[in-house]
Amino acid sequence: MLHTEPERLTQEIRSLGERFGKDRAALIPTLQEIQRRYRGISPLAMQIVADMLDIHPVEVDSVVSFYSFLDAKPKGRYVIRLCRTISCDMQGKERVARQLENDLGITFGQTTADGNFTLEWANCLGMCDQGPALLINEKVYTRVTPEAVHGILEECRQAFGLHALQAEQEHAA
Amino acid sequence: MVSDNVPQDVGRAPRSQQRQTVAPPQNLESLGARVLCTIDGKEVRVPVGTTILAAARELGIRIPTLCNHDDLCVAGVCRVCVVEVEGQRTLQAACAYPVTQPTKVWTHTRKVRQARRHIIDLLLADHYGECYACSRNNNCELQSLAKEYGVDFFRFGHPEKPRYEIDRSSHSVVRDMNKCVLCRRCIRTCIDLQEVGVLEAIHRGHDTKVATFLDKPLAQVVCINCGQCINRCPTGALRANDPTDDVWAAIDDPTKHVVMQTAPSPRAAIGECFGQPAGKAFTFELNTALRHCGFDKVFDTNFTADLTIIEEGTELIIRLYKALVQKDKSVALPQFTSCSPGWVKYIEHFYPQYLPNVSSAKSPQQMFGALIKTYYAKLQGIDPKNIVSVALMPCSAKKFECNRPEMCDSGYKDVDYGLTTRELGKMISEAGIDLPAMPKSDFDDVFGTATGSGVIFGATGGVMESALRCVIELVTGKKVENFYEHAEILPVRGFEGVRYVEIPITAVGPVPDLVKHLVPDWNWLKGATLKVGVCHGTANAKKVMEDIKAGGKFSECHFIEFMACPGGCLGGGGQPIPTTPAIRAARAKAIYSEDRAYTVRKSHENPVIQHIYKEFLTDGPCGHVSHKLLHTHYTARGKYIP
Amino acid sequence: MKAAHQGPLTFAKVQADTGLKTALNKTRAEVIAEISASGLKGRGGAGFPTGVKWNLAAAARADQKYVVCNADEGEPGTFKDRVILLEHADLVLAGMTIGGYAIGATKGILYLRGEYAYLRPHLEDALARRRQQGLLGPGITGTKGFQFDIEMRMGSGAYVCGEETALIESLEGHRGEPRNRPPFPVDTGFFRQPTIVNNVETLAWVTCILAKGAEWFKGFGTDKSAGLKLFSVSGDCARPGVYEFPLGITVTALLKEVGGEGAKAVQIGGASGHCVPASQFGRKIAFEDVSTGGSIIIFGPQRDMLAIAHNFLDFFVEESCGQCTPCRMGNVKLREGVELLEQGKCSMAYLRELCALGETMQLASKCGLGQSSPNAFLSIVSNFKDEIMGRTAAGSSVR
Repeated sequence: MLHTEPERLTQEIRSLGERFGKDRAALIPTLQEIQRRYRGISPLAMQIVADMLDIHPVEVDSVVSFYSFLDAKPKGRYVIRLCRTISCDMQGKERVARQLENDLGITFGQTTADGNFTLEWANCLGMCDQGPALLINEKVYTRVTPEAVHGILEECRQAFGLHALQAEQEHAA
Repeated sequence: MVSDNVPQDVGRAPRSQQRQTVAPPQNLESLGARVLCTIDGKEVRVPVGTTILAAARELGIRIPTLCNHDDLCVAGVCRVCVVEVEGQRTLQAACAYPVTQPTKVWTHTRKVRQARRHIIDLLLADHYGECYACSRNNNCELQSLAKEYGVDFFRFGHPEKPRYEIDRSSHSVVRDMNKCVLCRRCIRTCIDLQEVGVLEAIHRGHDTKVATFLDKPLAQVVCINCGQCINRCPTGALRANDPTDDVWAAIDDPTKHVVMQTAPSPRAAIGECFGQPAGKAFTFELNTALRHCGFDKVFDTNFTADLTIIEEGTELIIRLYKALVQKDKSVALPQFTSCSPGWVKYIEHFYPQYLPNVSSAKSPQQMFGALIKTYYAKLQGIDPKNIVSVALMPCSAKKFECNRPEMCDSGYKDVDYGLTTRELGKMISEAGIDLPAMPKSDFDDVFGTATGSGVIFGATGGVMESALRCVIELVTGKKVENFYEHAEILPVRGFEGVRYVEIPITAVGPVPDLVKHLVPDWNWLKGATLKVGVCHGTANAKKVMEDIKAGGKFSECHFIEFMACPGGCLGGGGQPIPTTPAIRAARAKAIYSEDRAYTVRKSHENPVIQHIYKEFLTDGPCGHVSHKLLHTHYTARGKYIP
Repeated sequence: MKAAHQGPLTFAKVQADTGLKTALNKTRAEVIAEISASGLKGRGGAGFPTGVKWNLAAAARADQKYVVCNADEGEPGTFKDRVILLEHADLVLAGMTIGGYAIGATKGILYLRGEYAYLRPHLEDALARRRQQGLLGPGITGTKGFQFDIEMRMGSGAYVCGEETALIESLEGHRGEPRNRPPFPVDTGFFRQPTIVNNVETLAWVTCILAKGAEWFKGFGTDKSAGLKLFSVSGDCARPGVYEFPLGITVTALLKEVGGEGAKAVQIGGASGHCVPASQFGRKIAFEDVSTGGSIIIFGPQRDMLAIAHNFLDFFVEESCGQCTPCRMGNVKLREGVELLEQGKCSMAYLRELCALGETMQLASKCGLGQSSPNAFLSIVSNFKDEIMGRTAAGSSVR
């Protein structure tokens, strides 16, 4: 029986070590998996990983801060990454961006208060012929118009059962 | 196949900064072969894999560098050293380009000059601060480059506002990232050379910054305060926490009695602050200079180095006796030295389970501090609250050490201020004194002149050598000179990172008075072999600790000397900048020749030491009084950062 | 998701197994000779001859060698690798296997950019199927003693990892910071072992060349730029998408195919490429003239060239690894220069200084990213001075 969060997390990360290995080359796959499960890599997780791989915690921090898809601070359940590179820019990404901000009530780089959505810029998503493009977690949306934004967000909410979750919470309250 | 200036053992430096700049030979037959390198028309044959920079140095051709450092592995990031290489479309970094085939190089073509000038201008465009208000004014590599390349205006602008807050949290190291040029020497020092792992680059692009774990203040992370990063920083981005204003204020205050103790390493290096070549000690000129500055008394830290040897040596004898004769399993062996405060903090963070092995004896600096405010104050009839105790040390960690809460055994802060060699050099200049021109004068009475044993504390292996000189004579009853010529125990000397020495004890003599109350006889040591270890630089300390953990040969040692800084104190983080392998070697020479000049070269023969055990520390080494004043305890800090 | 390519690709007509089997029936030296004879050059953008690269790796002595497929397609305007991986993954995987056979490697790594995570299940399926079919794993297609397997690794959002040494750093668990070269990955690569890093498209062509012969491949393109090439076309044109053309095609001919006539300029090679003005549309897209990894971005007459330069510099300021001075600081200074131009506050003398700085960045940066980062700025400045200079602070000179 594990009582404390650090103990539980240590065991979880150790089991990732069994999967990815315990040498430095295992660092990024391990961090990617922690990011996927927790939507971010906490200071504690970084130190447990460092310990397991016999490197310094600051080296883990250094790697996490280098890559756009790894974060020290937890992200929202759905990370929306809007492409800002030239082709999407020319196809009207700026208006899509404004609409995303309006519909979510946050600006780029922020996470909604309920922790559901994070809004970020991305550099070229490789959808230049179908822009403006955005990525929500691992799903790609192309030829996005300002008008389509609401539908996309709704689709997210429903697909992931958020409405049900909210209803449940309201019911409980 | 490694060029001279690339360390063989690269440790765990970030791979991008490792020695992969040196190509493995294409065919093994070329091993050891030499290859022609033509630089600016001059020819030299160098071993395959030599960098262009090293080849140029051999030819006496200067190529400017910034991120390169002789102690560190290659980075190739600043690009100041770019040169034109025949057949290459782009310019190549001379520090990182290995010569593996006949190569023609040009070091100052139009392209090269333009690139260097631009690079320097770009660095200046991101370097906040004014040279005349910087601790590194006139000793700054960026400033020198700007001068060398004729920078007379800020081509790409100059920051008007700082980007980052200065981190003054540490007692030892101040970090001002506004002056950082991202050469990453500090990273390579911290991760690779010292393996402490406090500093790394975070973020990327223009946001790249050297930072601690989660960018926390230095005082909240596992920094051991060794200051090696300061010694390698080309600019004023890293500097020691400077208390000279407070020291001047104490000197100016007529009610204060300001006492200075000087350690041997700064004395062997301070001449470098006055344009003297490395390798000349200015011990006695310094005494005069310090009195001119206004210090009331000047003492020699070597006195308490001798005292450390007696206390630490006695502690070792007690541990050995308990373990070997009384079969007490709880005794922690090997015993570790405790005089390097960087090492002490290192073990507190990284190997706290081994703290019982660390000698409880304080470092010489702190022993002196405790004696000055008790023994000396009483003797001179001065109220200890009016004494300001200053220590000249080669060390930035000493600043942290004197601020440890447990270092107040005299009832006051035992040592008020730790000054680095650089800071005292500045004070002396400020007083208008030309140190090398000062007449010589001796240390002040009461503690008198110490022995050669104390002097060699400054070099790696010195503490061990001093301890052995003492132990051999106390146990065998014979002169060390019978075993080692000039009492110089050469096996423990040198710059090899980790050293292991065995000393057989073939015969024993009578137990001397000093330790008679502790052991009845030495028969239990007869035929035994004393096993000792020496290491310097925490990367090597780590190797020894891992060996002990794994039950290797160092776990069977009796006594191990640990020094946090490469080369020992003479290569300390408070020493003049630059510090390089060559400079460390020169300082070591100065220290060993000073040792030879002493008539008394063994701690136990120091007459004042003998006197103090009669008059003040009356219950002997490791007795009650000495335990109260001269011994301490440690804190298991661990490495987790909340 | 719609794959969106325009017109048929040669890839559709080639059986991956044919290429692989042909290769395995040859000696290693013969395989490399075939690739060398085809004149195939790296399709990722750098254009290094594939045969030479493989030869060096084959000659290196080591217990373990690696084949890395660079699927970190991040160059703005490039998406052809995504299409290849989606529709012709077998050609790529067979190409990696051929590479492993040729240089004597048993391990392959497919490094897929994080942005393409949705392709992962599809590729894992392809790998599993190939293992089942005996096309990966021990004793491939009954060949004694040749075993090869491929592992997938994901990127984490860093353009610079498309640079081969940065990619290797990333594989080893480090920041994606390019290494000093030499040594090159062919002798000191992944885990310091000989490693070939090839682009997705290059590996697909390898399989085609083995299937159809070097002569067939050389029949396309020019003397110095042999073969066919996939182009990712986007921007102001009627039919954006992935196209296949022989190298050496003129910009004019390409524009006609994609419905981009009337363009004011074309960015060839993505953010790190060159901006070709209409007056130079007669130029050839080939390694000896305007070289590209496949990115073609078309700018119509209404586009503000300064805004385009600004967008590219934003990209580099963010995506530079921050290691070396010219790239880390140089791109910031070029972007500040663009901002001055936008405000109409840049003197000719300072603009000249910035162009000289661009030259320094090309010459003195540590890796290809830094070396190519000023290209777009420099070509826009040299070709569109009239448009970018002397602006009034409020807006652009373009009506």
